[in-house]
Amino acid sequence: MLDIQKIRADFPILSEKVNGKPLIYFDNGATSQKPQVVIDAEAKYYQEINANIHRGVHTLSQLATDAYEISRVKLQHHINAKFSHEVLFTSGTTHGINLVANGFASILKPGDEILVSSLEHHSNIVPWQMLCEKTGAVLKVIPINEEGELIISEYESLLSEKTKIVTVNHISNALGVINPVKEMIAKAHAVGAAVLIDGAQAVPHLKPDVQDLDCDFYAFSGHKMCGPTGTGILYGKEEWLNKLPPYQGGGEMIKEVTFEKTTYADLPHKFEAGTPNIAGGIVLGTAVDYLNEVGFGNIQLQEKKLLEHATKRLLEIEGLRIYGNAKNKASVVSFNIDGIHPYDIGSIVDKLGIAVRTGHHCAQPIMNFFCIPGTIRASFSFYNTKEEIDAMVEAVKKAKIMLS
Amino acid sequence: MTIKEIQDEIIDEFSMFDDWMQRYEYIIELGKSLPLINEEYKTDDNLIKGCQSKVWLQGEQKDDKIVFTADSDAILTKGIIAILIRAFSNQKAEDIIKADTEFIDEIGLKEHLSATRANGLVSMIKNIKMYALAFDAKNKN
Repeated sequence: MLDIQKIRADFPILSEKVNGKPLIYFDNGATSQKPQVVIDAEAKYYQEINANIHRGVHTLSQLATDAYEISRVKLQHHINAKFSHEVLFTSGTTHGINLVANGFASILKPGDEILVSSLEHHSNIVPWQMLCEKTGAVLKVIPINEEGELIISEYESLLSEKTKIVTVNHISNALGVINPVKEMIAKAHAVGAAVLIDGAQAVPHLKPDVQDLDCDFYAFSGHKMCGPTGTGILYGKEEWLNKLPPYQGGGEMIKEVTFEKTTYADLPHKFEAGTPNIAGGIVLGTAVDYLNEVGFGNIQLQEKKLLEHATKRLLEIEGLRIYGNAKNKASVVSFNIDGIHPYDIGSIVDKLGIAVRTGHHCAQPIMNFFCIPGTIRASFSFYNTKEEIDAMVEAVKKAKIMLS
Repeated sequence: MTIKEIQDEIIDEFSMFDDWMQRYEYIIELGKSLPLINEEYKTDDNLIKGCQSKVWLQGEQKDDKIVFTADSDAILTKGIIAILIRAFSNQKAEDIIKADTEFIDEIGLKEHLSATRANGLVSMIKNIKMYALAFDAKNKN
């Protein structure tokens, strides 16, 4: 069992006040807070080993390069990738998805199909729409049921030899639904399609095993898993990364440059043009160490308790509806109260010191499905407590009275 | 009354409240007095971009003044647009163009001006000023 007070002491921001009240932070789905070890590691990098990587022979450059590459290996082990060169540093999930979508421009032909799900974040929709415009490929959408679950039978009937890539999130950001990705990947492979998993919302809650899932690509962000903003990972199977052309040209990604012809560097550098976010990449490794020390078993146990408590307490409020009631769900509660705009509730709850997210959560198609302008989303992390949830419930009740 | 006088009156009213809750309750009250936009004007053209909630705003010239009507699907937003309309409706275009909006700060709604509120209030003010600019240009021609 986690000693929550001890864990909370690791996160300096949790003792801050907002609007004169102790901060209650339930916007973990947008970004997580950072533990002191992560904050310190960032400063330590700049204080002690800052240098550009993969070029200098001087000692500092080697120290920085080593730290960066050690972090890559940490991430490789964390997601159980076969090789460290299958682990690309990116600026975040969006960057990773765009890198793959851009690469597929050289593969797709008019009439080829791309399957996305109705649960996707805009960042896993728009790059594929842009790809369709470029190539003449067609975007097909896997529908959801009233509980917010993907309808697998519909997915099966959408799959065909025309399907070239399936792209779906591991966990939905707007509803918290955990998708049966392993099963979906196997089905896509059966028709010869590649699969990209958007793991942005999954990595704070679980340790993905990319070999067990057998996904072709897995993209995620560092900042949602206690790491720095502007960091992320794109995992890609070696054969796919060799097949895709480079995303950006520049330094670091080349083997040899002449004005007649340039040859590209080997993996992973082929996809890492320019000076990367060195500090961020290194510190992402620190964040992963921290999470593994807390333990994903412990994290899941605590988050499950929080989700159950929040669901039960919120449903006490008359007229409150929770969207996304899948059996398999992460610690996210997306809700509305009959006849009240989510923006109104969010504004009042914020005044009471509670950070929740309101709006469409960059997933407008889901909101359209439920015919709502948006929801209030409370997303919990292992450092949150039941007492904080009780405070939120009281705040929502107060808002309801004010707004009715 | 001039825009400035109305703004001062609003500041006066809000100064009676000690805390944000009373202020918010008053904003909700003010929303109920909003001169509602005619249903036929609730079009995409009149929808203000950049708000989490929907806000429709319509301006019409009556004699030498501009009359605004509006609506929103969120109660607080309705109150906020009601405050703006109270200050700027039934005023001359040139006065609206010149008017400042510091009273928003003084009645404690500053946070609604921030970018994280998706610039809703900023867009509302901008749209009001755009109407004034458009009518002013038309009158001068």
